[in-house]
Amino acid sequence: MITNKQFNLITGILIASTFAVGYIVWKTGWDFPPVETVQNGFRGTAMVQVRDMEDKAALDRRSVPPEVPFPASDTGPKAKEQYPDLQYLGDLSEEQFNRLMLGFAEWVAPKEGDNAGCAYCHKPENMADRSLYTHQVAQRMIQMTRTINSEWKAHVANTGVTCYTCHRGQPVPANIWFSNAGPNPPRVGESGWVGWRNGQNVAAPSAGLTSLPYDSLSAYLRTSQNPTDIRVTPTTALPTGSNPTGIMDAEKTYALMIHMSQSLGVNCTFCHNSRAFNAWDQSPPQRVTAWHGIRMARTINQTYMEPLQTVFPANRLGPQGDSPKVGCSTCHNGLSKPLNGAQMLRDYLAELGGPQRR
Amino acid sequence: MQAPIIPDYQNIFTRVQVRSHPDMGVHIRNAADERIGEPIFSHLIGRIGNAQLGPIYLGFLGVASLMTGALAFVIIGFNMLASVNWDPIQFVRQLPWLALEPPPPSQGFKLIPPLNQGGWYCITGFFLTTSILLWWVRSYRRARELGMGTHVAWAFAAAIWLYLVLGFIRPALMGSWSEAVPFGIFPHLDWTTAFSIKYGNLYYNPFHCLSIVFLYGSVLLFAMHGATILAVTRYGGEREIEQIVDRGTASERAALFWRWTMGFNATMESIHRWAWWFAVLTPLTGGIGILLTGTVVDNWYLWGMKHGIVPPYPDVFGGVVDPSIATGGRP
Repeated sequence: MITNKQFNLITGILIASTFAVGYIVWKTGWDFPPVETVQNGFRGTAMVQVRDMEDKAALDRRSVPPEVPFPASDTGPKAKEQYPDLQYLGDLSEEQFNRLMLGFAEWVAPKEGDNAGCAYCHKPENMADRSLYTHQVAQRMIQMTRTINSEWKAHVANTGVTCYTCHRGQPVPANIWFSNAGPNPPRVGESGWVGWRNGQNVAAPSAGLTSLPYDSLSAYLRTSQNPTDIRVTPTTALPTGSNPTGIMDAEKTYALMIHMSQSLGVNCTFCHNSRAFNAWDQSPPQRVTAWHGIRMARTINQTYMEPLQTVFPANRLGPQGDSPKVGCSTCHNGLSKPLNGAQMLRDYLAELGGPQRR
Repeated sequence: MQAPIIPDYQNIFTRVQVRSHPDMGVHIRNAADERIGEPIFSHLIGRIGNAQLGPIYLGFLGVASLMTGALAFVIIGFNMLASVNWDPIQFVRQLPWLALEPPPPSQGFKLIPPLNQGGWYCITGFFLTTSILLWWVRSYRRARELGMGTHVAWAFAAAIWLYLVLGFIRPALMGSWSEAVPFGIFPHLDWTTAFSIKYGNLYYNPFHCLSIVFLYGSVLLFAMHGATILAVTRYGGEREIEQIVDRGTASERAALFWRWTMGFNATMESIHRWAWWFAVLTPLTGGIGILLTGTVVDNWYLWGMKHGIVPPYPDVFGGVVDPSIATGGRP
């Protein structure tokens, strides 16, 4: 027989464990049903994409590009006729040019105040002044956008990108990254004698808060001259003695892959076949797009973002003093197609579609 | 007296607790004086096992094993604490993420790498291995002293085999400590996934297949046996061996149940043989599978292709081509 005391004890334990479990569930932000699974490969091979439907719906609501304010004619006087100081974009019609400038203000710095709207990049008393750092950055960003839209069609196709793809109404896009030395990095030039963590083993924001390497983006997306090899899986059944990579390299690659998975809100099987991650001939075609995307991000960082390090003020630089950089999430923001593939660029082809023009 | 609400044989916890003078155990030559601790009785412990706690035999091997094990544990802990710059709050928050890493590839299989380049890992591995091996000898010797077989020790040895393959034998054969498993909760899981991805999907490793069969088989056997015995406790079925030769006992009912259900039944003795072999073969085959990976086979998927164990899939994606071939770009 259960005595009163035992009953109280058991009830107490049950209540305490309910709270403990509830706290864990609540704090760790798990996905609750309903969850949808979409098959994207041969049946019965785990080739599915799993999405939390509430999260997806909320993300879709946030991922709508702004309306085009008015159609801009490409005829009429050129912008450079109206603004003779123009170094750039002068070939646009005045209407296109003005609409684009309004667009920048809305896409990048829409907030009210002294440093918002046009004043974010221009001095109101002299719009032709180029001294603000934001103006210099903006100019490079326009060139970057045009480069992406004209030279990286293998990744962005005809959908392309606009300022809004990344900025979403914020001066600094939400998902940029900096070189990461981890929490409490050891002082420069001193490695200490204990506590070496091999660039991993703390929660890594760029790798989905796993314990995988926390600065893998620096290895793969920072420099296009000598990037670390992403491919780690041997391509022969038996060892040939020529495979220089080990498990620690695989962990680094894994961290990059988690970054891609998180950035696009997809599972590994969006790009890889579940049974042979490295085999191209069995991969979904999205993997080719992603391959170009890695190279695109790398080139953008090297050509556009890193050189701006000297232009940005200190508060825009990372803890290591490096430029903000782009990763997959910078444009994708949780969707496999940024803005769900909305054809925003179509209305700004002359302005942002590239190729480079004066 | 009021009838019990729950019948005696339907319960989660043990309902019978023996309380008497503590049982000090059988006499063993030269060893009785090494059993230490005044026995106590605990009701809660009695619910999941024998209510009597102690005495325990420690001896030289036990003490040495606990000391070396504690040393390894402390070295791991302090390295974790140091890895968050001695911040106790971060230590607690990030504990599942923290680890003591093996040396990087640049250190190869150097016997004593620099302390902060995996040296601590090797020292820890040495102490932990010492501790485990001493505990193995202890389990062997205690069994012998009690006049038992040494089945427990050999089952433990199977687990030690897998541990040694993962942390020492395979890294030695690969010529690099960096192939070893880190000491850490999430990190060792990440290592496991990375290991499979790196070597072309471990699912096509036949020894991995075998290990899984034995692992899941162990679970199935455990469930079948546990359920059978609990189902006949109303007839005293937990006294398995006493009943083995008698008719009409719980033992016979248990056996008949399986004979009538699936034709074949194990015996009260052979069911434990089944369980022992399934359990032992899990790490034994698993260890072989790990040992062959990277040393003898580099890509298990391609190996499986070569030997016809990979089924063909219809070409649903239309033959994707590696873009680095097309563009001549670096992979």
